[in-house]
Amino acid sequence: MIRVLIVDDHRLFRSGVRAELGDSIQVVGEAEDVDSAVKAIAELEPDVVLLDVHMPGGGGQEVLRRVLGTGSQVRFLALSVSDAAEDVIGVIRGGARGYVTKNISGRELTDAIRRVAEGDAVFSPRLAGFVLDAFASTEAPPIDPELDSLTQREREVLRLIARGYAYKEIAKELFISVKTVETHVSSVLRKLQLSNRHELSRWATARRLV
Amino acid sequence: MADQKTSTEPVPFPRLMRPMEGRLVGGVAQGLARQLRLDPVVIRLAFVLLSVVDGVGAVAYAVLWMITPREPYQGQQPPSRDWSQLAAFTAIGVALFAFGWLTGASRGGIAMLPFAVGGIGALILWQQADPDRRKTWMSGATKGIRANRVRTLLGVVLVVGGAIGFLISEGQLAAARPGLLFTAVVVGGLLVIAAPWLAGLWKELQQERRERIRQEERAEVAAMVHDSVLHTLTLIQRVAHDPREVTRLARAQERELRNWLYQPKQDADATLAAAVRRIAAEEEDAHGVPVEIVCVGDVQLDQRLDAMLKALRQALVNAAKYSESPVISVYAEVEGDEVFISVKDRGKGFDLDAVPPDRMGIRESIVGRMERHGGTARVRSEPGEGTEVMLTMKVEKK
Repeated sequence: MIRVLIVDDHRLFRSGVRAELGDSIQVVGEAEDVDSAVKAIAELEPDVVLLDVHMPGGGGQEVLRRVLGTGSQVRFLALSVSDAAEDVIGVIRGGARGYVTKNISGRELTDAIRRVAEGDAVFSPRLAGFVLDAFASTEAPPIDPELDSLTQREREVLRLIARGYAYKEIAKELFISVKTVETHVSSVLRKLQLSNRHELSRWATARRLV
Repeated sequence: MADQKTSTEPVPFPRLMRPMEGRLVGGVAQGLARQLRLDPVVIRLAFVLLSVVDGVGAVAYAVLWMITPREPYQGQQPPSRDWSQLAAFTAIGVALFAFGWLTGASRGGIAMLPFAVGGIGALILWQQADPDRRKTWMSGATKGIRANRVRTLLGVVLVVGGAIGFLISEGQLAAARPGLLFTAVVVGGLLVIAAPWLAGLWKELQQERRERIRQEERAEVAAMVHDSVLHTLTLIQRVAHDPREVTRLARAQERELRNWLYQPKQDADATLAAAVRRIAAEEEDAHGVPVEIVCVGDVQLDQRLDAMLKALRQALVNAAKYSESPVISVYAEVEGDEVFISVKDRGKGFDLDAVPPDRMGIRESIVGRMERHGGTARVRSEPGEGTEVMLTMKVEKK
């Protein structure tokens, strides 16, 4: 049984998620702002935290900073209505292991939580699109080739995610196992979090409306 | 009601007082300015000018000082004066004196006499007036000089300049120049005095501008919320019995709001990404099936891409009409000079070989159209697995 904490400032949304999650998930608590989230994580030690990006008191990024800063091993799955690249890239680089939008179905969400609980990464089509865009949008040679660019295979996987393929479908399409797909996605996540390429943040900023 | 009114309204004619705060000499000009709702600089200049002409200013000042009570001051120590401003006013006075002297307007000290008399009178009055007042003036002499060094320095330079100029012209060294010189000095002094006021005015203008921009933004947000969000909510309540229509309205509103919040302002149809979004939105509205869009990269539209967009629309229509998929995914990518668009559903799918040859949708509107414009189209579908239409096109070389 995966133990989950729901962090969101909308009570209706929290109860909605609680109702939608399957039997394999146990919701151990809810929190509605940064402080209560940090406290609840320390007390309940959940396997996965469903983290809203926009919240009073600094938002999801602040929770990530305060919890992961203490060396906690808890895993975060970001959940948001925001399409802003800055928010999406921000929480991922803050340490979240995945990003899904709030209109995700209950079954897909259960799937994503399970994946994050097992230490894998979860990319929504939109996040995959953002990553492709961000890593493609430079002519400058990468500073650290290992971290600053995607391999051909990773690109293919991301492209299929962006096209709306499920992991199983990707595995079938590329003649690889689902586990290998997960490995590629985790590797992209690591690059996304560790790459120092300033293009990443610059890209995200440039994509910010106005 | 009447009682309330009288208690909240200010007294129409407050008594003339000499405030301690912000005064230069005795606070007379400051008090007058407040009474007349003018800038104290104006009153001070008037006093200086009047003093130069006939010494009237000085006398008037002294008399006013006598008859005006000092405003009660709460602070521990009386506030220090702005000596640099005082120096600047003095400089102007000296310069004007010299000017009058040289140009002959007051040669022979005709103007000096009443001034001297007035000054002596003023001094006597001052002596008798209030010992406290003198003490505070004398003890505060060195305070506040450091407050604004640049201005103090300028004031000193002007005074010295005025004095030197006076001496030089006494010696008939440059008979024609002093007039100009002292005009310059006076203007300089005026600038020194007016500088903080001008700066304040400028700041105020900037502030007003910022405030106006903020208000306009607020108005725009309010208009957006009112025209679209509130309107949609009303519509949703009215069609609450029809879940399909509710979903459609909510999706359309969500899209509009997202565009407004997150999409960079684009020329509606000039680029591929914008056009893909627009077409997807139109078909979503028309058929009530949610369309998820992911765009990577962007490019200016050309004739071939227009054809590609028509094929995209046809693929969307097919998916929305026949697939029974709850959601359709559209992915558009520009990589180098190649554009790739995919339309994928999770519907019932179909057997490609079983499609009768006279069905124009896929064969003509999608595959045929793409090939005529130098692109390719592939359709992959399996019963129960959904359908994906993949379009590829090279961008025209410019």
